[in-house]
Amino acid sequence: MYTVNTKQHSLVVISQADPRPLYLQVKEQIRHRVAVGELKAGDEIPSIRQLAADIRVSVITIKRAYLELELEGVIQTRQGRGSCVAENAALGDSLKEQELDQHLTAAVRAAALLRLKEEELIQRLRRIRRGRTEDAA
Amino acid sequence: MRTADAYEAFALRGLCRSFRHFTLRDVSLTLPLGQIMGLVGPNGAGKSTTIRLLMGLIEPDAGQVELLGHAVPGDVAAAKREVAFVTDDMRLFGMASIAWHMRWMASLYPHWDQAYAAQLLKRFNLRGEQLVKGLSRGEHVKALLLLALARRPRLLVLDEPTSGLDPVARHELLAELMDIVRDEQRSILFSSHQTQDVERISDQIAFIDRGRVVDVRDKESFLERWRRLSVDIPAGARLPELPGVVDLTLGERLATLTTDRYDQDIEGRLAAAGAQVHEVQRMSLEEIFVASVMRSRQGDRS
Repeated sequence: MYTVNTKQHSLVVISQADPRPLYLQVKEQIRHRVAVGELKAGDEIPSIRQLAADIRVSVITIKRAYLELELEGVIQTRQGRGSCVAENAALGDSLKEQELDQHLTAAVRAAALLRLKEEELIQRLRRIRRGRTEDAA
Repeated sequence: MRTADAYEAFALRGLCRSFRHFTLRDVSLTLPLGQIMGLVGPNGAGKSTTIRLLMGLIEPDAGQVELLGHAVPGDVAAAKREVAFVTDDMRLFGMASIAWHMRWMASLYPHWDQAYAAQLLKRFNLRGEQLVKGLSRGEHVKALLLLALARRPRLLVLDEPTSGLDPVARHELLAELMDIVRDEQRSILFSSHQTQDVERISDQIAFIDRGRVVDVRDKESFLERWRRLSVDIPAGARLPELPGVVDLTLGERLATLTTDRYDQDIEGRLAAAGAQVHEVQRMSLEEIFVASVMRSRQGDRS
């Protein structure tokens, strides 16, 4: 048994065991929330200092995460009025695509380490896809 | 008197101080309001001396100190009303209770926040009626921190605040510290061996070794400069000269190198020389800390 908590959904959860740097954890989690539609265009996100205090991570780390999210067009910061999710209907899809590309890039790198040929990598991908469809059937 | 309208949390300029077996040389550090600075360095590096100079507890042979815009030691009394300082060798009165110390602080400091002090008692798992002489080491540190935090200081200076604290108390303390900088006018300086704490909450990192500031910059660029590269060297290829190599382990076909001047260019140079970058690893503050100290010690030997 567990309780479902729908109110106190923390925007970001930091893991000390995660090898990624803190700013990247913050950035990826906010991006993911936008990608899946948990955060929608126009939704307000906490101020830099507020989020820093809430998750006990330095102000400069949150600043960097917000700045990069802004440059990528995920969020908008309005002078003196805080930040919100950017108004852009296609955003969710393109973010999901970006996420997929990141996973594929990691796969290509791992394949290079195993000295797999391109065809072998594609075969593996096909096998994994087929496995998933059979599981679902 | 404050020296200007715009001022910093503190500014140390060219501080020097000699002792019989130790010299602090040309220490300059500045912390803007609203930021947290973590001071790291091995034992005996000069962290506590730097903090004592900042607090006007000892005088420098040369250099200037400014605390919240007040000159130290000249105007130190005015500064200290707004600055709280905790070091774990401070002693409270053994025969008195924590509550007695709280009343005493309330009589000394007009900004004392009794409601907040009562909250902190609960959060730190302390009781007001506990006598100081019966406190464990960790409880004593927590009592000192409580008395400093509830003064609502504009600048909080902590020398090794998390030493002797259990993980739960450390977690609570970090939360209180981050709560302080919700206010853009309040700042914190803390020294620590807990590099994980420093890495997590500092905006600025100052690295001190052997009485000198080895490096000081904002945390993000500090961590961004360090990488460990694992490089494959095929037959016939040679490792090119690279900038900022702190450590190099060279085998016949494999090299592992640590650099503090990382940029994407390094990978290009390696590729041009026929070497292949197998992996680029980020480093934790603790790994960086050890690598820098080892480098400075090796430099001394050669």
